[in-house]
Amino acid sequence: MKVLRLPKERLDLFASVLQQFGEVHAPVEQNGKYAFRALSRWSDARLDYPRTILPPKKYFVPPKDTLFQYKEGLGYVPADLAADRRIILFGLHSCDIYGLNILDQVFSGKYDDPYYQARRKNVAIIGVDCIPDEHCFCHSMRADFVDKGFDLFFQDLGDRYLVMVGTALGDDMVLATGSLFEPVTPEDLAEYKQRSSAKRKAFKLHVEIRDLPEIFELEYDSSLWKQVGDRCLSCGACSMVCPTCYCFDVADDVDLGARSGSRSRTWDSCLFSTHAMVAGGENFREGRASRVKFRYYHKQRGFVAEYGRPSCVGCGRCISACPVNIDISQVISQLRGIENATA
Amino acid sequence: MLQLSETQAAPVFMTANPYQPHMARIVRIYRMVEDNYVFTLRFLDDQLASAFSYRPGQFMMLSVPGAGEAPISISSSPSRPGILELCVRRVGRVTNALYRLPNNSVVGLRGPYGNGFPVETMTGNDLLIVAGGLGMAPLRSLMWYALDNRDDFRNVTLMYGVKSPAQMLFREELASLVGRDDMQCLLTVDSDPTGTWKHHIALLPKLFDYATITPATTYAAVCGPPVVYKFVLQRLLELGFSKDRILMSLERRMKCGVGKCNHCSVGYKLTCLHGPIFTYWDAINLPEMI
Repeated sequence: MKVLRLPKERLDLFASVLQQFGEVHAPVEQNGKYAFRALSRWSDARLDYPRTILPPKKYFVPPKDTLFQYKEGLGYVPADLAADRRIILFGLHSCDIYGLNILDQVFSGKYDDPYYQARRKNVAIIGVDCIPDEHCFCHSMRADFVDKGFDLFFQDLGDRYLVMVGTALGDDMVLATGSLFEPVTPEDLAEYKQRSSAKRKAFKLHVEIRDLPEIFELEYDSSLWKQVGDRCLSCGACSMVCPTCYCFDVADDVDLGARSGSRSRTWDSCLFSTHAMVAGGENFREGRASRVKFRYYHKQRGFVAEYGRPSCVGCGRCISACPVNIDISQVISQLRGIENATA
Repeated sequence: MLQLSETQAAPVFMTANPYQPHMARIVRIYRMVEDNYVFTLRFLDDQLASAFSYRPGQFMMLSVPGAGEAPISISSSPSRPGILELCVRRVGRVTNALYRLPNNSVVGLRGPYGNGFPVETMTGNDLLIVAGGLGMAPLRSLMWYALDNRDDFRNVTLMYGVKSPAQMLFREELASLVGRDDMQCLLTVDSDPTGTWKHHIALLPKLFDYATITPATTYAAVCGPPVVYKFVLQRLLELGFSKDRILMSLERRMKCGVGKCNHCSVGYKLTCLHGPIFTYWDAINLPEMI
């Protein structure tokens, strides 16, 4: 991989060059929290943010996504994807990049999702490293470092960045700046390794995922699920803020006159009461406990069977978003029978 | 051990957009029983209509413009191409809208989806089809497939039970199979208020008394309401069926049909991709399956 260094005082210059590649989006402050937004000026960008409210999935699977227009006589006409603008998404943490890599697997395969794929092609990803806070457990989920899924990745080395070039597009961005980037020095590499090791030690939250699928099988009937279900409000906040929750609902809207309309998909959550309800009213997950359990089961057990790893990336958003303080790390600890844990 | 096919290539006639419905005309509506009609459909595109193929046990996503989309199992057999027969119960928003459409209306179809019955693996074996109530809808496809490819199978047995004669799907058609010498067709009703029923009057599991089944060389295909699964599965196990020779067709909420929306997830399987045909062994090992 091509690795370069960028003195920090040159970042503003780089950002101005970036605009020729697309609309630059980055985390901005919003009432004390952070959100990915289009920048009106580069100085609004906050690259030292803890986590955004919503993960970057909103750029690829929007909360409401029109799939087709329906017109009498014409049938279902796919929404125009080519019209989507090019975006540079600056400032993703490795967990969020990992989340996108996981969504890539879901939205490809035997049935490629053209809506997702078109947006993925139109959005460049620039990652930045981060310091874990009290909700982060990405190291447990093996998502604290990524080796793919970014065009550029900026590692903070104090007064400079170590920059990894992940794609040809990333390389084009570097080249477009002329000589802004410099070759790395042995001191940069030493500093990077030192900081990387320090980051590893900074985590306060630990979740053991080895043999977790087996634990889930063994504890399927655990009374813990009822305890968690009794507290859960089925609000679905954890799903909405999750970088790898992708469940969607599909519904048709009819225009006035009923001769045309549209079909859209919207974010859904397996915690919502009708998620597994079939026409006729039969509901395969009627109780909240069964829905809470399903969410955990799918992320930590089902995804391993299907894709070889859990879909959780340890970003901590579900912990900070839950209105009744259900904490995935504590639920897993309790399931494992580790003492002093309270879900 | 039997492996259900989970990794078939996408159908050749699929467009690059897996959500794209293809328009099809309702060429015939046949009122089967109360709130259960058979809709015969043909794709408007002649090439698509003749090239379209599927496996028994697969399903389609049916679009009624303005109402939405719903998964419907295919009741016709791929051995009779050109048209598709969907047996649809009027039960939800989409199916209610379908029932309100005038004759010759155009609707959207995409598919076929799901694994379908592993007919290649079943070839050379006896076939036992056990249906309860509306469970006949997906199993009729397998039945006609077996009869149209009769040399591929040894003994073919159908057992079908409903509450009363008026609730039997495909009643005349199935009655005409009784007495055929190349299959055994056993039909039963729980009770017969009309007094005109000429076949068995007994609960479905009772039909096992009238058939000779060789579990070691038989594949059993079962579909019906939970009570059918409960008693029929018990009977099959008593007979000595291996759990991976019992195949079941399951119903789930589906929004995409192509493994993305996750509504049909059971345990770690998706009904739309890994099913809707599951072995009984799968069913035991996946929570919330039945």
